[in-house]
Amino acid sequence: MIRTKVAYDLQAIKAKHELLAEYKYDIKPIDRGYNNRTLHIDVGSRAITEKPVSGEMKRLFTGGKGFGMRLLWDATRPQTKWNDPENEIVFAFGPICGITQYAGTGKTLVVTISPATDIPIDSNVGGYFGPYFKFAGFDALELQGISDREVIIYFDGDKGVIKIFSAPDEEINSHLLAEQLIEMYAKDEQEKKSFCTVSAGEGSDHAYMGCLNFSFYDRRRQLARLKQAGRGGIGSVFRKKKIKAMVIKYTGTTPNNNNVADIETIKAVGAKYHREMYENDDAQCDMRHTGTPHLMEIMCDYDLLPTKNFQFGGDAEQIGKVDSHIWREMFTQGIPDGCWYGCSMACAKVIDNYMLRTGPYKGHVVSVDGPEYETAGASTNMNIYDPHFMAEMNFYCDTYGVDTISFGTTMAFVMECYEAGILNLEITGGYDLSFGRGEESMEMLHQIARGEGFGNLVGKGIRWLKKYFVEHYGADPQFLEDIGMEGKGLECSQYVSKESLAQQGGYFIANKGPQHDEAWLIFMDMVNKQIPTFEDKANALYYFPLWRTWFGLQGLCKLPWNDVEPTNNAETDEPAKVPEHVENYRQLYNAVTGQNISADDIISQSERVFNFQRIFAIRRGYGTREHDRCPYRGMGPVTETEYLSRAERYDKQLVEILGVNPEGKSTAEKMKLLRDYREGQYQKLLDAVYARRGWSRNAVPTVEHLKSIGMDLPELLEVVKANL
Amino acid sequence: MKVLIRREDRCTGCGACEKVCSLTWFKEENPAKSRIRVSGNESGYSLNACTQCGDCMLICPVEALTRDKSGIVRLNLKACVGCLNCVGFCPSLSMFVAPGEDKPFKCIACGICVKACPTDALSIEEVDEPVERVFYRRHL
Repeated sequence: MIRTKVAYDLQAIKAKHELLAEYKYDIKPIDRGYNNRTLHIDVGSRAITEKPVSGEMKRLFTGGKGFGMRLLWDATRPQTKWNDPENEIVFAFGPICGITQYAGTGKTLVVTISPATDIPIDSNVGGYFGPYFKFAGFDALELQGISDREVIIYFDGDKGVIKIFSAPDEEINSHLLAEQLIEMYAKDEQEKKSFCTVSAGEGSDHAYMGCLNFSFYDRRRQLARLKQAGRGGIGSVFRKKKIKAMVIKYTGTTPNNNNVADIETIKAVGAKYHREMYENDDAQCDMRHTGTPHLMEIMCDYDLLPTKNFQFGGDAEQIGKVDSHIWREMFTQGIPDGCWYGCSMACAKVIDNYMLRTGPYKGHVVSVDGPEYETAGASTNMNIYDPHFMAEMNFYCDTYGVDTISFGTTMAFVMECYEAGILNLEITGGYDLSFGRGEESMEMLHQIARGEGFGNLVGKGIRWLKKYFVEHYGADPQFLEDIGMEGKGLECSQYVSKESLAQQGGYFIANKGPQHDEAWLIFMDMVNKQIPTFEDKANALYYFPLWRTWFGLQGLCKLPWNDVEPTNNAETDEPAKVPEHVENYRQLYNAVTGQNISADDIISQSERVFNFQRIFAIRRGYGTREHDRCPYRGMGPVTETEYLSRAERYDKQLVEILGVNPEGKSTAEKMKLLRDYREGQYQKLLDAVYARRGWSRNAVPTVEHLKSIGMDLPELLEVVKANL
Repeated sequence: MKVLIRREDRCTGCGACEKVCSLTWFKEENPAKSRIRVSGNESGYSLNACTQCGDCMLICPVEALTRDKSGIVRLNLKACVGCLNCVGFCPSLSMFVAPGEDKPFKCIACGICVKACPTDALSIEEVDEPVERVFYRRHL
């Protein structure tokens, strides 16, 4: 099969462009990882301005997400809503971003006030945009304002020219738009690698779970590949601003665009790491061949793979249909699938030659970027153990600009509501939304893109739907609070956290909402039993979220940290930290910037930004203890079916932990005992974690703590004092 | 295709090959910049140089490594972005990188070292071109 090529009259489309603004800037070399300036664009007024980056900004916020949060704070008021013109989308990169010698060094960190959570969201994304934008001259980009017409923002990083065009005729859906724009601007096939696009899709026009697609040109496939800034509805904000796309051109990539302080160290650390990947990956995670879905059967084995809206942790009878062997077969092998140069982990896998079965592109042969584990898990969560559904959903979510995680988790919630009788055929427009219904789920996704039908409601996410179902269909609010797997308004990513108290905290204390990139402690906690006490768990929930935050400050991907490990890692003092890799990162940072930081300084850099983000939420009326609530589905069995499916485990816990004899007790009585216990444990965990983090019992960073980490800034003290 | 063949049993570890190689390609006598490497001691030496197997071509993200008409795998320095994946993934560790050089280098079977070797441990000989292990095809 040959990939479907949609033909366009690109000249005619381009002829409709009207130049709305143009800005020229001086091209200056990067100085040890920093440009020391950021760019601000108001798409409403079309004003384009440069801002200097102060020494204090670098000292306190480091870069990446730190810069993003600082700029977003300064640009918005506590009352700013996601769809207000003053809300911004900030793209930031970090000092290490763009080095070519180490794996996972091309990330962009994107922040905005989220339509789903009403607090700052941050999402990290691969593709070439981050490095190219940084090489083009800026450490961050702020997009503010709302345009009165559809626009494209074009950055010529070679010449130092920025243009805003009206763009009435281009596609909106990303897989077509990215190809259109690259075809339109690149003078030949050879030049296409120098272009990168950022776009959303028609789903982002209607949903609160819109995502952004960042392209990178795959020369072997001759295809614009797409990576997603998935979480929290950033695509929805992008489309609200009437931005169709950003396009960047940068042709001058070299081994040292960052003008680093010590290239020799970076080369040595990089080459050593690549060898480790060569020697160990096949026997460890096999990321290079199977990508993140290598996790499927592992998660199922440990009862962690969400099934039927997190009721169950997998399905032994069905897992064989979607396990790693299937993905190894379906993904095209033998292509270096890194989403930035130098990524030897190369986990951005692709299903080529996939013929779409539904929707507006039915019959088209496409290449599907993914699925990643989270997308496949989103599908099993709907009890759809079908690799072709996963590919189909993945493709359409991406091109429509819809986050696969939020879509899957929301649909799983909707399906449970359907089976519980809260919804029916009349409400859904005639679609049977029972668990396992793939075709109907796809129709809901297409409806999101069309902005019609019941699907249009699904796109608003679980928090919105809970309220709607109570108000319109008389649903029991408590039941919905128990089964709706969202925290802070963000849908939970795809791990069952019931048997890991630390992971319940990892998910639901997370600053932005339940996303695994802030903490993933299930194996340490539940499987390896390395953190049995509250103190241990609190220490883990201090260190790991800060360690993981650091990747976002630098423009780094977390996967190369622990998805391959040195052969002797298990023999080190703290294998969960992967000490040799921590040392790699410390060396990389120092070699880029010329500084000499310690491993503890890494944590300090993160701690400043982490606390800033928490206070940012508090400033907006959130961020306190009540907002760290965990739905009971994340802690334990909500329904009798759930309890009975793991009755042996739960009964045993009643005996061993609570000293209660389950015999003679009804399931409801046993569930109540377990629930009281687990909810109590979670509250104790909150106390322990807050104390460890230097926060009050209400999750507010204390003045003393802010002083101790050098973040006693007047604007932060004002917020915390009002809440302590 | 003609590749560099190494007869390690004849090697005396004199390093003449390294010297002439680095002098030819980097204008300095520096074993760290030689495309052939001698290691070992009097009980036995090994000689490390590219076998032209082509595995590095598969992992190069910018297609800077290609096989030329005579079958030799060559690095296009202009296209290379110095990611060093090829250095880490060379099965025989024959792709090198050296201080002062941002981009890697490898043996291209030029034969200079053959002439310099006093013990005939090196030769350029015809071998069968390996079957390319390229799994993908272009989707035009």
